[in-house]
Amino acid sequence: MNGSDVAVQRGMRPASDQPKSASKPWRLSADFLFHKATVFAAFLAAATLFAIVIAITYDSWPAIRTFGIWRFLKSSEWDPVTQTFGAFPFIVGTLVSSAIAMLLAVPLSFGIAVFIAEIAPAWIKRPVAAAIELLAAIPSIVYGLWGLLVFAPVFAKIEPWISDHLGAIPGIGSLFQGPPMGIGMLTAGIVLAIMVLPYISSIMRDVFLVVPSSLRESAYAMGATTWEVAWQVILPYTRSAVIGGIFLGLGRALGETMAVTFVIGNSNVLSSSLLMPGATIPSVLANEFTEATTKLYLSSLIYLGLILIVVTLAVQFLAVLLIRRLGRREGTPA
Amino acid sequence: MKSLKKMGMALALTVACALAIPAVRAQSSLTGAGSTWVYPLVAKWSATYQKLTGTEVNYQSIGSGGGIAQIKAGTVAFGASDMPLKPEDLRAAGLIQFPTAVAGAAMSYNLSGIASGKLILTGPVIADIYLGKIKKWNDPAIEKLNPGLKLPDMNITVVHRSDGSGTTFTFTNYLSKISPEWKEKVGSNTSVAWPVGVGGKGSEGVASYVQRIPGSIGYVEYAYILETHGSYARMINSAGKVVSPTLQGFQDASAHVDWANAQDFYVILTNQPGADTWPISGCTWQILRKNAPQATNMQVMKFFDWGFEHGQEMAKSIAFGPLPPSTVAAIKSYWKRELGYSI
Repeated sequence: MNGSDVAVQRGMRPASDQPKSASKPWRLSADFLFHKATVFAAFLAAATLFAIVIAITYDSWPAIRTFGIWRFLKSSEWDPVTQTFGAFPFIVGTLVSSAIAMLLAVPLSFGIAVFIAEIAPAWIKRPVAAAIELLAAIPSIVYGLWGLLVFAPVFAKIEPWISDHLGAIPGIGSLFQGPPMGIGMLTAGIVLAIMVLPYISSIMRDVFLVVPSSLRESAYAMGATTWEVAWQVILPYTRSAVIGGIFLGLGRALGETMAVTFVIGNSNVLSSSLLMPGATIPSVLANEFTEATTKLYLSSLIYLGLILIVVTLAVQFLAVLLIRRLGRREGTPA
Repeated sequence: MKSLKKMGMALALTVACALAIPAVRAQSSLTGAGSTWVYPLVAKWSATYQKLTGTEVNYQSIGSGGGIAQIKAGTVAFGASDMPLKPEDLRAAGLIQFPTAVAGAAMSYNLSGIASGKLILTGPVIADIYLGKIKKWNDPAIEKLNPGLKLPDMNITVVHRSDGSGTTFTFTNYLSKISPEWKEKVGSNTSVAWPVGVGGKGSEGVASYVQRIPGSIGYVEYAYILETHGSYARMINSAGKVVSPTLQGFQDASAHVDWANAQDFYVILTNQPGADTWPISGCTWQILRKNAPQATNMQVMKFFDWGFEHGQEMAKSIAFGPLPPSTVAAIKSYWKRELGYSI
């Protein structure tokens, strides 16, 4: 009686409640091991993150000591001959190319998700969704090659039009003036947009499909147009997941290396035009890492990597904050 | 039945492994890394060398700076660099260097309507283009050099290397010699702060950009121009004559240099005198560690000695000029003197 009662009770209580001394040692040790193994796995993941940040900070210490923090972030000089390095053009390049990518990808993804969830007839939903997801399967270096060999020559034919028409707008015109090279910041932003599109659109599509039909149908019944349903009913309902998806895409865009290196033009000089070449932190790391012969040069490159980690972590933190704040406003937990 | 099937599979696996072992067994092999400039030559030589001797030469073209870093770290048997190390740096790091072959870099351009070899440029004009002072193709400075050509009113898109490169060192060394402004503003190294232009990764990247962007100009090793049938510009050398990039032009540059008295073969071939000398000529060096195992260094020396003796026709076919015979003899006695042993 005693043994079976204890066995039944043990089966229904969580492992942490179990007494240490038990009459069935094998079950306890298996649970004990499993418990410790999962704790170890979780701890290992967190420890790896800390270890990476600590190792990168250690390796960039010579550069931090030489240039300081603020001076390195503000300086536009990247000169291996005189051994003075500054991060400003690369930080601007990373942020601008990612911003262009998000500006292009987010509305497009929204459109794709609404099309698949609301508008498309049933027989077209699956093929379109599969095609979009295949975009995510293409390796990034293939995107780089495609961008350089196929897209850039075509874009070079469009650039004179951009330069003449958008370049003439007073105020922001200087953003669009430049020689028709086909490669540059704008091209990099467009290629990045195509790369992050599947991530954002598949998350949006998944959550749009699970919006309760009662909600959508009530809106349609009141005479709302498809656009009004999408923008004012579906999107607010799925807000936190959509924001999560957008920040996932942003994280990918910030760290993308090979595709950007091929099409951004690799110029370490800051330029005011989107049609001119530039550089991002990942692209300058990919280009110059193997050739950095002096310790300070190498350390400065690793310092750039540290800045990128900080930016990415800050973006993640912002995402969590934003989701929590929007949830609080509605009274629903995030 | 089931256990028989299992036994059969185990047997098949064992046989497969046994057959794979001879292929996997390490053959005699040599590792090297560095300059992309010398890669076509090493690749050609090593293919024939392996057929003759069975020794495999595994060369990774990661750039001159990478080659220097790897030989200093001792991860490769030889490092290849287009930028020679100064004698004091060699002493400090316990290294020795010797030259391999001479070659040249030329300016490649993309102007429809102007065929290869028709455009003539000078060093100062090229320096001003790369400084961003000359912005258009029909600038008076370029038109003066090319009276018979119709130059378009097009922006010049400057292309340079985005990665560190010995070709960049040779090119910027030449520009520093003939343009005081370049020397002061930019200087000469495997990687510099380019004032203007677009960066291509590797010589292939530069050649590819030049081919795709109309109105562009870039510097590449002549071997790449030959391979891609690109357009090259002729130049006016220090003797005031218009010359084309040819093997003879590179070798003339080499003939004017005092190989015999150069400590550790530290010579720079740019802007040499001579009627037919090509201005942007360069050499490429192999670097060895003094305290590497004797067997490793001997293997490297045997390979390059074979190249000096038997590989010159192959080298010439891809526009790499052989060293003068006296220099080859000097290299052998250098090995003996520095390492204490020679082949």
